[in-house]
Amino acid sequence: MKIALTSVFVDDQQKAQDFYTGVLGLTTKHDVPLGEHRWLTVVSPEAPDGVELVLEPNEHPAATAFQEAMAADGIPVAVLSVEDVEAEHARLTGLGVAFTQPPTAMGPVVTAVLDDTCGNLVQLMAAAAPA
Amino acid sequence: MDDAEDLVFRALADPTRRALLDVLVERDGQTLFELCTRMAGAGVTSSRQAISQHLDLLAAAGLVRVRREGRYRLHDLDTTPLAPLRERWVRPDERTDP
Repeated sequence: MKIALTSVFVDDQQKAQDFYTGVLGLTTKHDVPLGEHRWLTVVSPEAPDGVELVLEPNEHPAATAFQEAMAADGIPVAVLSVEDVEAEHARLTGLGVAFTQPPTAMGPVVTAVLDDTCGNLVQLMAAAAPA
Repeated sequence: MDDAEDLVFRALADPTRRALLDVLVERDGQTLFELCTRMAGAGVTSSRQAISQHLDLLAAAGLVRVRREGRYRLHDLDTTPLAPLRERWVRPDERTDP
C-alpha cells in the first residue's frame, strides 16, 4: 500500500496551478479537463513519481468554512519539505509570498508557514542544522 | 480587591498560562498554531482547545491582545497590566521612579 494522492482545496484552480508551480516550484503531473473544473495534480520535481497533491475546487460550502477556520487559527493544511527553510523564506518573500510565521526552530526541525493565495496556509519544514 | 487586578492574578496563577506568556515574548503576531507549536517545543503538551481557553483568560486580563489581520487571528503580548502589580508593594522610600 502506498499513499498516492492528497489534496488541498483551492478557490481557483488556475491561480493555484500558477502558485504551486510558478511560485513554489512544483510540477504539474495531471491536468485533465472535467467540464467546469480540472483534475489537476502537482508533484515535486525531485520526486515526479511520488505523492501527488490534488488542487481541488473548494466548491462545497463545508470546504470554504474549513479553509476559513484553519486559516484563522494559522493551521497549515499541507507540509512541504525543503532543504533550507531560511533560503526558501528569502526566495519566496522576494516573490511576494506572505508568511504568517517566519522560519522558527522547533526542536529537531525548522518550520515556516506561508499563504498559498488560494485560501490555505502551507508549512515549510527542514531538519534543523546539527548544532 | 480591584476586579481587573483579580483577573490578572488569576491569569498568572497557572503554569500553562505563564508558559504561554513566555512563548508570546518571542514575538508578537503569533497564530494559535504557532503558539501551540512553540508550547510543544517548550515541553507543554496541552491540547489546542486548552491553549485556546487559556488565551481567552489571558485576553480577559489584558495580557494578550487578539487582533484580526486579513483572514488570520493574531496574538500580541501586552504587559501593561503588570506595571501596577510591580509598584503595589514597593515602600515609598524604596521607589526608584521619579
